[in-house]
Amino acid sequence: MKTIKIFNLAGDFAENKDVARDIRINLITPTIKRGGEVVLDFAKVESVTQSFVHALLSEVMREFSTEILDKIAFKNCNDTVKGIVNIVVDYMQS
Amino acid sequence: MKIYIPNSAWLGNIDPFLKSFDTSEPRKLEITAHKQWISVHPLVLSMVAALGLSCRPENVVSEHMEAKSKHYLKRMNLFDLLKINTDISIEEHESAGRFIPLTQISNNEELTKFITDVIPLLHLQPEQAQPIRYVISELTRNVFEHSESKIGAILCAQYFKKSNRISIGIVDRGVGIKKTISNAWSVKSDLDAIHLALIPGITGTTRRIGGTDYNAGAGLFFIKSIAKVNRDFFVLYSGNALYKLLKTQHGKSIRLYGDPLRDKHSKSESFPYWQGTAVGVDISLDSREEFSELLKLIRDTYSKTVKERRKEFYKKARFI
Repeated sequence: MKTIKIFNLAGDFAENKDVARDIRINLITPTIKRGGEVVLDFAKVESVTQSFVHALLSEVMREFSTEILDKIAFKNCNDTVKGIVNIVVDYMQS
Repeated sequence: MKIYIPNSAWLGNIDPFLKSFDTSEPRKLEITAHKQWISVHPLVLSMVAALGLSCRPENVVSEHMEAKSKHYLKRMNLFDLLKINTDISIEEHESAGRFIPLTQISNNEELTKFITDVIPLLHLQPEQAQPIRYVISELTRNVFEHSESKIGAILCAQYFKKSNRISIGIVDRGVGIKKTISNAWSVKSDLDAIHLALIPGITGTTRRIGGTDYNAGAGLFFIKSIAKVNRDFFVLYSGNALYKLLKTQHGKSIRLYGDPLRDKHSKSESFPYWQGTAVGVDISLDSREEFSELLKLIRDTYSKTVKERRKEFYKKARFI
């Protein structure tokens, strides 16, 4: 299981889509392709933008289907982060 | 070009200011202003600055400012940004707690630094800063991603302690919404393009519902929703068209719509041509609506809208 600490890569306001895409391409996708599981740890992250979460997750959900959510866990999310993650996860399945 | 900074131009009464903008001779800019008092939304200042930055500095002239509030323009960095010499002197105060002066941001790294360094200077509570940095981040990244603006994004903001409200203006001089949306959708007018750009799930980068890996087509819908939930104005101006979300009266329940034409709004496509996109938004900071509650409303509306759009595109097998 690979734990990715978002704060260390994107700060307390995770808004840089380039950083999100790098996390997806370099950390999330390779782990999943190896059959592993990913924990996205949002400790110390106060807020995120929808664009950031979209760049982080949408392509993974497209590439591996929504079943992939069984292999990705979201840890230490406050209500705002949970809210935005839920929006993206929701519309990617609508 | 000629632009007149009026006595009063806020999002509610900005239309006369926009209609008075003279687009002739696009390589020159002449700035004039009301003689007594100037009280304008940051969108106005951002637009003036963006026009000036689109010209060579020697082609930008400003008449001698007489208004008592001329110091405000100086303090907001208008003259320095445009390299205009004035005799207006100000005592330099730390801008903390009151405003973000006119700032030119050209790339993602500058934006991240700006959000990290400048927004804390407003000395707002974390829950108050949250929508502000959200709005600035999403709107400014839109500029880098879609606009091809040679001057990047020009923004400024003003905090009003008495009303506990912040007003933000973010402007570019890029290709405009119509050209961006036209990459994926057929649009006849600037107003059509603005309409589509405000619908969640629609982006100029693809016709695919849900967008690309990098773009969902949700940013403007989020910003409009933040304004609506706080019962504030939101203005989007591009080309000849302007869409204005009007305030929702207190006492009336808030409902978000995927289609911006269902919101209480005004719109027109008879404005002088704005090359690029200009966005103005007000955010009341004492609203009791928590950001996380806003997200619940957005989630419901977004999903419903995307589902409806999928139905539109759903194709059945054709048996013959």
